This record gives sequence, structure tokens and C-alpha cells, in this order.
Amino acid sequence: MVPIAYYLVLAAVLFCIGIAAFLIKRNVITIFMSIELMLNAVNLTFVAFAHMWHQVSGQIFVFFVMVVAAAEAAVGLAIIIALFRVRQTLNVDQVDLLKN
Amino acid sequence: MNPQLLWLIPTLPFAGFLLNGTLGRKLPRALVATIALLFTLAPALIVAQLWIFMKSAGAPLALSVVSRPWIAVSGFSVNFAFTVDHLTLVMLGVITGVGFLIHIYSVGYMAHEEGYWRFFAYLNLFMFFMLVLVLASSFLLLFVGWEGVGLASYLLIGFYFTKDSAANAGKKAFIVNRIGDFGFLLAMFLMVAHYGTLDFNTIFASIAASPLSGGLFTAIALLLVLGAAGKSAQIPLYIWLPDAMEGPTPVSALIHAATMVTAGIYMIARCHVLFDHAPAALTVVACIGAATALFAATIGLVQHDIKRVLAYSTVSQLGYMFLACGVGDYSAGIFHLMTHAFFKGLLFLAAGSVIHALSGEQDMRNMGGLRKRIPITFWTMSAGVFAISGIFPFAGFYSKDEILYDTIASPNHLHILLWFIGLLTAGLTSFYMFRLWFKTFFGASRFDEPGPSHAPDLHAAHLAAVHASKTSTLVLEAEPEPSPSHAHAVHESSWIMTFPLIILAILSLIGGWVGIPEALGGHNEFDHFLAPVFNAGLDIAANPQHFFMERVDAIVSLLVALTGAFIAWYFYCYKPGTAAALAAKYRRLYSLLDHKYWVDEIYGRFIITPLLVVSRLLLNGLIDGGIIQGSASGLAASTRGGSWLVRRIQSGNIRSYAGWLAAGAAVVIAIVLFGHHGFPH
Repeated sequence: MVPIAYYLVLAAVLFCIGIAAFLIKRNVITIFMSIELMLNAVNLTFVAFAHMWHQVSGQIFVFFVMVVAAAEAAVGLAIIIALFRVRQTLNVDQVDLLKN
Repeated sequence: MNPQLLWLIPTLPFAGFLLNGTLGRKLPRALVATIALLFTLAPALIVAQLWIFMKSAGAPLALSVVSRPWIAVSGFSVNFAFTVDHLTLVMLGVITGVGFLIHIYSVGYMAHEEGYWRFFAYLNLFMFFMLVLVLASSFLLLFVGWEGVGLASYLLIGFYFTKDSAANAGKKAFIVNRIGDFGFLLAMFLMVAHYGTLDFNTIFASIAASPLSGGLFTAIALLLVLGAAGKSAQIPLYIWLPDAMEGPTPVSALIHAATMVTAGIYMIARCHVLFDHAPAALTVVACIGAATALFAATIGLVQHDIKRVLAYSTVSQLGYMFLACGVGDYSAGIFHLMTHAFFKGLLFLAAGSVIHALSGEQDMRNMGGLRKRIPITFWTMSAGVFAISGIFPFAGFYSKDEILYDTIASPNHLHILLWFIGLLTAGLTSFYMFRLWFKTFFGASRFDEPGPSHAPDLHAAHLAAVHASKTSTLVLEAEPEPSPSHAHAVHESSWIMTFPLIILAILSLIGGWVGIPEALGGHNEFDHFLAPVFNAGLDIAANPQHFFMERVDAIVSLLVALTGAFIAWYFYCYKPGTAAALAAKYRRLYSLLDHKYWVDEIYGRFIITPLLVVSRLLLNGLIDGGIIQGSASGLAASTRGGSWLVRRIQSGNIRSYAGWLAAGAAVVIAIVLFGHHGFPH
């Protein structure tokens, strides 16, 4: 049996990669992907704890997160396409009309 | 007699003020005048009825009406209350009587002026406040009237407010009076602190019961004298009155000669119980009075503006009234106040009639020979001139003589000096009044009379104004060229202006007969009338042993007056060049008098300029500009700086927001993980 700490360390590493990508990358699609990565890191901890405590609720929560992430991806990609049509760019640094 | 009628005396003029003040602009002139006259006539009739009642046998010494408490705070209350005693009655008679006559005169005098309704509204407002002043039975209500007449005076001096000099004169009167009011206020504070009330009866009863004198009484009395000196134009606060002549002439007659300026004398007479307990303050009053009388009379000797001569003469006569109060004979002061109201009101109105006849000319150097041209004005003004100069048997002779006699009859050595000053002033008064008389009515006419076909065109009027401003700066008594400013032919005023003149002339002639002393064969009814107020058991004049001395004094003062008149005749009628020659010979003395002892300049240099410097540099520059403005803009600057710092967080860069978010989450996790070590749970 793999100890819980392994799963948690893996999840933390995935989450930190997600954050780092979110902060560093400029392409809005990459940022979107890093958000998905962070969500899945959290999902991994849910599943790990559910398995450890023999509780099903953690796994149910993961399904909810997946459903919300799918919906979010649909809306997010639609926004990205709309944004690209208007601005002809995917660089977030150039999308700062709300500033000032 | 229903005492509730007392309420009507001041309220009626106030109603007139409200009517004319709100609706007057739209009403025809005749209606405005009718309203103003009716609302002044009605109080005069009530006062007449009151007079008959108070003279009747078995009448009470005083009549009072009291409202519900006006101001009531813990331990201190003032009622809105009026009291009429014999002193108030004299004042009421003068104010409503002379006031009504001057209202009639104004109807004619102001007929061609702009702002007719405004003038009568202000005049009625003045009557209201003046009546409140004399009817008040507490210091606080008296102060309301006191301030109110100051306001009315300000409004009427500045009646021609488009003229710079008139607006400035109004301001000057108001500000100088404020210095006096400051003393009045302090006196009231002292009385509240020591007696807990401002009611006349209560305060005077406790002062009369006190065996002590001086000390607190002197302090209160001196502060009141400061107030009186402001209102009654005495040294050192007299400077506003000559400038107040910028107002229309009826205003000068009513407010700045007959009534308002006598408020200070009335107040001192009203507080005679207090002053009797403060001999030092009385001495100050006497000295101020004598000094002012002489000082103003000397300035009056050389003035050319007919109204200014009368203004300085008013200051001088008010000095006489102060002197009378200062030597303790208040009834003589009030007697002179009454006769002065008659003859000075008359003189101003007659001067107004002269000015009217010459279409606005006020400089006596451009008058002369008017005796035959405006005979009614001439004869009535002669009555005024004879009365003020103290010629037997006109009113001024009796009142002035009583003051002089009371001054020398009192056993104080200082009073001999004061008597001498008073006598000298009587001579000077006679001189400058007859100078005015001769220069205005006798000799050759020095004005340029246009023919009937002369059309006044704007260009000529402008030239005339320029010319007049040049000639008025001439300082020497030399005759300037006649100025061509008389657009209309010289004409006598209409009956509506001459009628009050005639009434006042009769009063100036016989008004003094109510106060003929026993020594001269009279009964001194005026003193006896006021005896209930002033407790005239102290009256020296009633002692037959002094009759000889009083007769001598009367003859001496008459001789001095005649001498003054003779010198004036010699200078201005017999040998007209004498005065100019004298002025050229004593050039420096003449210049000193002509510039009014440079008092305005001295005040300007030593009081107003330092005040302005302190205000501008310290109060405006340091306090207002530095501290108040500085703290406000400092607060603004620190807010701006703080927001500049905070604003940098909102960069618009989405990744920096995410970074802050991550950092914040990291901090929260760190606190959750390690924080409990730091807190003693």
C-alpha cells in the first residue's frame, strides 16, 4: 500500500507547477491549462483521502469538480475565442483594457 | 389709560417698515408716503395721550407692560418689558414728535430720489428701534434698540450706496460704534455676573441700597461711558458722525442730530443711580464732554460744507449734554437734549432746504445772498441759529445756561475749568453758527444762476462735477470761482418742506420756556417734571441765595454768545476779507483745524494700519494661510500620497494579481501551520 504522503507530495508538486505556469506563462490557453492542472492536483488529494478513510464522499466531490471544470472549460474556451476574434492575440499582458 | 397701548408705540412703525419694505417697490409714491406718515403719526398720538395721562393727578410714577419671559435659562431671565416714566416720556415726545415732522419734510425732500420706498422703510425701521430703546426696561432690550438704531443708521448713511464715500461712511459709523458696543456688552456681562439680572429696577435698587461707591460701580459705569461715547459721538469715538453726513439731509436731522446720537445721554441719565455711586466715572464723563465740546467747536469754525459745520456743532452740543450729566445734573442734560432736538433738527432741515434750493450745492463758498430768495427758510433757520447760539429768549439760551450754571455751582475745583471751557465753546458755537448764517444768507450771491432757458446737458454736468471735486480740495478760505452746477433757478421749497420748518422754528423759540429757572422768573417746570426720576431734591437752583450768581452766569454767557455773533458779523459781513487774511496769517493753525487736527490720519496711522498689518500677516498669513489652510491641504496631500502607493497594486496585469493571490494563500497556510506556536491558546 502506497503511503498517503506520496499522493500528497505528488499533488503539491502538480499544484506548484500549475501555479508557476499560471504566473509565468502569457498565453491564455496555457494559463487555462495550468488552472486545470491545479484542479486535478486538488482532485488527487480528494481521491487519496477518500481511499485512506474509506469514504465515498471525497470521490463524489471529485466528480463535481470535474463537472464544474468541464463547464468552465466550455465557457473559458468560448471567451478565449471571442477574445481572439476581437484582439487578435492570446497574450494576457495585452488584454488590460480595464486598467485605469 | 390702557398700558397695553405701549406695545403699539414701537410696533406701528415696524408694521410700516414691513409694509413699505416688502411691497413698497410696487406701490405708488403717494401711497408709500401715506403709509410711512400714518405709522409714525399714530405712535405720536398715543404718546400725546400718554403725556396727558402722566400729567394728570394721581398718575403712577411709571407705567409698565411685561410679556412672558423672553430669555429664561437657569438662574437668569429677561422679560420683554416696556416701562414709561417721565424720562422716557420726554424721549418719546422728542422721537415721535420731531420724527413725524422730519417724515413730513422727507416726503418733499426725497420726492425726486430713487429708492423712495426704501428710504421710508428704513426711516420707519429706525423709529421702531429708537422707540424700543427708550421704552426698554432692561439693559438687554435697550441693547436691542441700541444695535437696531445702529443698523438703521448704517443703512441710511449708505442710502446712496452707489457712491463710494457714502458706502465707506456707513461702514465707518458701524465699525466705530462697534467699539462702543463692546464696552456696553462688557458692562452687561459684569452686571449679569454680579446681580444675575439685567432689569433696570432690580439693579438700580441694589445699587442704591449699597453704602459703598466706586470699585465695581466705576468699572461698569466706565464701560457704559465707552458705549455712550460711541453712540453719542464723543472723544475718542466721534469720528464717524461728520462722515455720516453722506446720508440724505432728513436722515442727518433725525438720526444724527435729534434722536439716535442722544441715546448715549439717555442711557447715562437712565443709569444715574449707578453713576451717582461712581464719582470717578462722572468726572470722566464731564471731562470727555467738555473736551469734545471745545474740540468739535474749533473744527466747526473752518468747515465749508454747510452740513459738516452742523455735524461738528452736533458733536459739540452732545459734549454739553455729557458735561451736564458729568456734573450730576441729568435733567439739564435731558433739557438740552430736547431743545437741541428742536433747533438742530430745524437747522439740518433748513440746510437741506438751502441745498435743495441750490440743486445740491453744499459748499458755503458758493452760497450767499439767499435771504430774499428763500425767505421762509431764512427766517426759520435764523430761529435755529439764534437758539443754538444761546441768544435770549430762544430755547438754547435756557438749556445751555442751566448746564453752565450747574457746572460752576458745584463745589469741585475742576469744574471751574470745565465751566470756562463750556463758556468758551458757547462763544465759538455762536461764532460758527453766525458765520454759517452770514455766509449763506447775506452778502453777494456767489453762485452762478442759469437763465430759465438753460438746458442741463450731460457734458456740462460732468464738467461741473470735475470742477466741484477740484474746488473742494482747496484748503484756504479764498473764494473759488463759482461752479456752474445749479441747473435750476433758486427756488423756495414746497409747503410740505417749509411746514415742519415753521413748527420746529416755533419750538426752537418757545421750547426753552418750560425750563426757565426760578432765578430768571420761571418755575423750572422741566426739572420738576423729571424730579420723580432724578430725585431732584438735590437741585441747587431752587435755593434763592444763589439767584444772584445764576443771573450773573446767564448774563455772562449771553454776552459771550453776542461777542461770538459780533465777531462773525465783523469777519463775514462787515469786512469780508478778514477771515481769509487771518487764515493766511496763522496758516499752520488754520491748516490744523481745516484737517480736523489730523485725527482721522492719526487713527489711520496708529490704529488701523497696525490692525491691518496684524490681520494680514499674522491672522491671514500665519493662522489662516499657515495653520488652517495648511492642515487642510496637508490632509489632502497625505491622502493623495497614500492612494498613490496603494494604486500601484492595481496594475491591470492579471499575473501579478494571481501572484498576490498565491502569496496571500501561502501566508494563510503558513499561519495555519505554524501560527498556533505564536499564540497562547
